Amino acid sequence: MEILTGLLHGFAVAFEPSNLLWCFVGVFLGTVVGILPGLGPPATIAMLLPLTFSMNPAGAIIMLAGIYYGAKYGGSTTSILMNVPGESASVVTCIDGYQMAKKGRAGAALGIAAIASFVAGTVGVLGLMLVAPPLAKFALSFSSPEYFALMSLGLALVVLLAGRSIVKALLAALVGLWIASVGTDLFSTTSRFTFGRMELLSGIDFVVVAIGVFALGEVFSNMETREDATLIPMPKGIRNLLPTWQDMKDSRFAFLNGSVVGFLVGTLPGGGSTIASFLSYGLEKAVSRRKDQFGTGVIEGVAAPEGANNSETGGALVPLLTLGIPGSGTTAILLAALVLWGFKPGPLFIPEHPDLFWGLVASMYIGNVMLLVLNLPLVPLFAQVLRTPVYMLYPLILGVSMVGVYSASGSMFDLTLLMVFGLLGYLMRKLDYPAAPLILGLALGSGMERALRQSLMMSQGSLSILVSRPISAVMLALALLVLMIPLFGKFNAWRLRALEA
Amino acid sequence: MEEGRGSGDLWSGIALALLGIYITAQACQWEYLGPEGPGPGFFPLWYGVGIVALSALLVISHLRRAPAAGKPVEWPRITRALSAWLALAVSVALFKTLGFVVSFALLCYFIVAAMYRRRLRTAAIFAVSAAAGFYLVFDVALGVSLPAGILGF
Repeated sequence: MEILTGLLHGFAVAFEPSNLLWCFVGVFLGTVVGILPGLGPPATIAMLLPLTFSMNPAGAIIMLAGIYYGAKYGGSTTSILMNVPGESASVVTCIDGYQMAKKGRAGAALGIAAIASFVAGTVGVLGLMLVAPPLAKFALSFSSPEYFALMSLGLALVVLLAGRSIVKALLAALVGLWIASVGTDLFSTTSRFTFGRMELLSGIDFVVVAIGVFALGEVFSNMETREDATLIPMPKGIRNLLPTWQDMKDSRFAFLNGSVVGFLVGTLPGGGSTIASFLSYGLEKAVSRRKDQFGTGVIEGVAAPEGANNSETGGALVPLLTLGIPGSGTTAILLAALVLWGFKPGPLFIPEHPDLFWGLVASMYIGNVMLLVLNLPLVPLFAQVLRTPVYMLYPLILGVSMVGVYSASGSMFDLTLLMVFGLLGYLMRKLDYPAAPLILGLALGSGMERALRQSLMMSQGSLSILVSRPISAVMLALALLVLMIPLFGKFNAWRLRALEA
Repeated sequence: MEEGRGSGDLWSGIALALLGIYITAQACQWEYLGPEGPGPGFFPLWYGVGIVALSALLVISHLRRAPAAGKPVEWPRITRALSAWLALAVSVALFKTLGFVVSFALLCYFIVAAMYRRRLRTAAIFAVSAAAGFYLVFDVALGVSLPAGILGF
């Protein structure tokens, strides 16, 4: 009953004309970003974040979330038509989607991708709505040691699944913690790592690092070459985009599989939509009666991963909103957005800000309907985005990045820092250091330090407090276990296979 | 991303080790544990030591690998990317003098004409349109202040 009341309230918020507009803007931008290879949701959300500071927070979070899940719809278009994933979550869709396109069934592949995304995306939101409130109530019993342990576990999971090298992922996370320490220590007012610069006393702005590492790093990396991919002609007319009844029948288990696997993986920090779609594809193949045909253009090979990567969004928002723990680079930016607007995601977020939580949930139902409508008949139109010349696109992204940073602080020093982090983002890509652990370390750094220091204040300096409380002991043991996985050959092989996807 | 892995691991490992040493040295100057609990040096000391240890592991594992591991570094690609970064940095440096609009137009012109070898006329039209578009959308329509130069915009 409580959930139903909340949802009705959420629809009242989401149906406000301005919020409907922001929802549309978000899913529209998300679709475009998803279609464009080389520009992902974290980069886009980071770039647009400063521009939301003057917006109503409900409209702003509805728009940013729209970009997040809208990109997953759009990503399938590029995967199916060009064999190039529009964003990382659509990698697995390339396998059967592109083969279907080569056989002249691009329309059916795009259609089933949109329908699977809609079904699983809606199930994911349903999961978020049902799981988040009770989890938040349970988390009310958490104190500083549990929070420290939870953040350590989240960081460990992200490190495990962020890149091939655990050492590099850990180093990235530790550098993120260091960047988070720059500025004035709030416990003792000591200035740390400020290099004598007044501008650094208040710390390094999250937005500067996120835009530098994600947006600029991505653009510089893409500007290394001038290659253009070839586009398969789009089928004309909506009739070609609707899958047949047989296609729908063949995909019915894939819808369910994608919805459940995607949501469950999403709730785990570090899981992410790429892993969700890979697992869902693997499961679909394992139980299929025609498993030998996977990879040759099987419709359920498109439906399962596309469903999973959309359902994952709902799952990923559960730990973010109820525990304040982001599980990926994108959700870390959403966490920073909420904090910058003056909110504190955690167990009290839902009761204290029902407008925001239920408004977001309701907007996601509406957004999924908008995306279905946008993606079914309008795919040919969206595919034209792929014809945007990169020599025009990249300068525009650089421009929006600079405006975004400058508008947030009005500081030329921040623009200089943006250059530094842009270079860092590029070098990290070149040297195979994953960006997600750095961003997560930065997002969680001050919270982790605060939780650890408060824990030790409670215990008069004894570290035993972290292992003497059952929940924190279990979570720290799990974190340790997670980091030891690469030492076990079989588990590490599974991890590397997941990353290969 | 393979190409960077050869000596890249070695040099990035050394750079990170130096960063770790700096962090540890700084943290040692701050209070570690006081009467009211952990001080400002407590947390940085731990991750500083962690950075040193992990970067040492990275360097050692690189040195133990066969020297031929990894593809050769593709300098032309890196040079292109670094040129774009340098152009952006110069553009930011010019903000105080020329302002955002003119600097951004110059950046667009450089990228389109020099990096993507499009016709000068195309580059000029795009540069002027993009800069004017940014000014109209952000400064005029959205009220976002852009860095102004000696020309006043």
